[in-house]
Amino acid sequence: MQVLFYLIPISLILGGLGLLGFLYTVRSNQYDDPEGDSQRILSDEWDDHPKP
Amino acid sequence: MTAQIRPSAAACPGCLAVPRDAVDEAPTSSRLALSLPGIHCQACISAVERGLNATPGVTSARVNLTLKRAMIEAEPDVRAADLIPVLGDLGYEAHELDLGTLTATQGDKAGRDLLMRLAVAGFASMNVMLLSVSVWAGATDATRDMFHWISAAITLPTIAFSAQPFFKSAWSALRVRRLNMDVPIVLALVLALVTSLWETTLSGEHAYFDAALTLTFFLLAGRYLDFRTRAVARSAAEELAALEVPRAIRLSDGVESEVSVGELSIGDLILVRPGGRMPVDGEVVSGQSELDRSLLTGETLPVFAEQGQGVSAGEVNLTGPLTIRVTAVGEDTSLHRMGDLVAIAESGRSRYTSLADNAAKLYAPGVHILSALSFAGWYLYTWDLRTALNIAAAVLIITCPCALGLAVPAVTTAASGRLFRKGMLIKHATALERLAQVDTVVFDKTGTLTAGTPQLTNLADFTRADLEIALALAEASAHPLSKSLAQAAGEAGVTAAAVSDIHEVPGYGTEGSFRGSRVRLGRAAWVGAQQSDVTAAWLDIGDENPRGFLFTDALRPGAEAAVQALLDAGKQVQLVSGDSKRAVQILAARLGITNWVGEALPEDKVERIKVLSEQGHKVLMVGDGLNDTAALAAAHVSISPASALDAARVASDIVLLGQDLTPIAEACDVAHRATKRIRENFRLATLYNVIAVPLAVAGLATPLIAALAMSTSSITVSLNALRLR
Repeated sequence: MQVLFYLIPISLILGGLGLLGFLYTVRSNQYDDPEGDSQRILSDEWDDHPKP
Repeated sequence: MTAQIRPSAAACPGCLAVPRDAVDEAPTSSRLALSLPGIHCQACISAVERGLNATPGVTSARVNLTLKRAMIEAEPDVRAADLIPVLGDLGYEAHELDLGTLTATQGDKAGRDLLMRLAVAGFASMNVMLLSVSVWAGATDATRDMFHWISAAITLPTIAFSAQPFFKSAWSALRVRRLNMDVPIVLALVLALVTSLWETTLSGEHAYFDAALTLTFFLLAGRYLDFRTRAVARSAAEELAALEVPRAIRLSDGVESEVSVGELSIGDLILVRPGGRMPVDGEVVSGQSELDRSLLTGETLPVFAEQGQGVSAGEVNLTGPLTIRVTAVGEDTSLHRMGDLVAIAESGRSRYTSLADNAAKLYAPGVHILSALSFAGWYLYTWDLRTALNIAAAVLIITCPCALGLAVPAVTTAASGRLFRKGMLIKHATALERLAQVDTVVFDKTGTLTAGTPQLTNLADFTRADLEIALALAEASAHPLSKSLAQAAGEAGVTAAAVSDIHEVPGYGTEGSFRGSRVRLGRAAWVGAQQSDVTAAWLDIGDENPRGFLFTDALRPGAEAAVQALLDAGKQVQLVSGDSKRAVQILAARLGITNWVGEALPEDKVERIKVLSEQGHKVLMVGDGLNDTAALAAAHVSISPASALDAARVASDIVLLGQDLTPIAEACDVAHRATKRIRENFRLATLYNVIAVPLAVAGLATPLIAALAMSTSSITVSLNALRLR
């Protein structure tokens, strides 16, 4: 039963990290243009170095 | 009137005339938005962004493919009119959008808020469900209590945050002593939390923390779907409105400057170029031209305009530049006054109660009575408050309108998505339900059934020599009739004759000389002919009698098919137009519409709709002009094409985005099926209640049964809705 004392907090923290990640993507407008983003991945424009 | 006019109104030629030093003192950057209807792939994004970024003055440009829009940060003196030709050279159609009208970001905030709550509820319900599954799997004693306490610690703050929309809505309903769907939801949530906490403190067996969270999650999903559907419709509607950039060219001491319409004041002189729309009401000071008033009155024959004549906002200037003295601005223009008529018509519109409201009206009191009865029954039977409260909470949770909350949004989302792909924008939440009831369809003529572009009918009556002269004259003018004539003659293989000295007399026609004699193409009165009641341009060669080229309004694509499909579906189709009786009669005969009215004033249209409604008909009004606006608002449900005036689009429930009319008949069909699905969903939800409620009332329901029943019913309802796609 001791194992529960580690595992429950760990599962909550991992889930919480996922939730924070999702909230970050929502706040930084990453769902504004889903179609455009799926197309931009095909562009070779910034393949060599990242966009400044 | 037509879509082709809009780009020229937006691509302001006067932008170039702005004195440069006037803007230099404002060094901040400007933001521009362009609508790019033609982009569809990665290559388009790159080409547009590269092209814009290479333009001098542009700091950054970003394309949004989902909205088919480009947002541009640029130096203050860069105008959209400078960028549109750049994109035109690259092969992309672009129109300026008015940023003031685009408020999508504000709507986005509400959506983001809901999405956050949904995400938090989803996270919490998954975690609590994990703990609950362990309890159902057989955890006992101290372990079970610990799991319950952890669940409580997760659930309470989550409900406090995620269920806020329900709390607010229930409170606002209760404050005015009414019941809505959210009251039983909130009651169920609160009761579930209270009894579960109580049970947990007493080391009880059953806690409903997971049920409360799943309930919140599913209901929020329904709300979010509903919101998304309307947000898509709203942003598309906003884009249509933003395409009409409200600008005017003001003349002060002979200098032209471009200003926003809001800055105009009474007495200002403005210049309206051919193809431009009147931004305000006014009086012609100089210039001669013809005005297309079809959007205001439905007349197809252009009206002659000269010095001293009054013009109304919304009219389109056809041939010559006009200088106008402003007599009314903003709210006082005839365009805006029409809004009053709409308000009156809307107040008369019978209040439609949606299927969901009807269901809630039956459901909310029923649930409360049922759970109160089971509480009272068990309390009297056992004299144990704890048992009675537990059972009452179980009844409330089991009957909670999870499936009901999803039943309507899931169907409308699927149906609106399907119609959106066909080019129809559902603006109003209950538009589909109302559309399904329609048995009578009333069409406007000009701009709705017809495209508003003239079509030559009697080309064969003219000799080749005459046609050659007419073509030469027609090519010199941008008047819609001339354009149509030139196109028809060109298609027939006619080449222009060598007419010399061709010049356009604005408001009258074109004139030239051919082999020593004067030739003219233009208005009847100008060439000395009898005015006809059909749209015509008259050809006058030397001493011969003038002869008329007759035109008819070209049908919109799909008009015949749409009318036929509606008639086949057993609906009554009527045509009501402000145009001359003869023109309406010809069109009605062509489309097979037996019931038509011509020369109808806006009030006549409203009256007709009212009479039909009083006879018990459910009327669908399809119209585009200002004269239809009140009728659109008075009808049970209304559709307007995207080319319609802003006021007409605002008054209608559904906007037709393309040129084609065929989707109208299909929309009726989809609406029918959508309503059927909604009813099916209600039945499914009821069926599940019929099975689960007796268990709950008998005290046999466990949290496991509640969770299973809730999830299965929600998923069945959503899947049933997806069959519409």
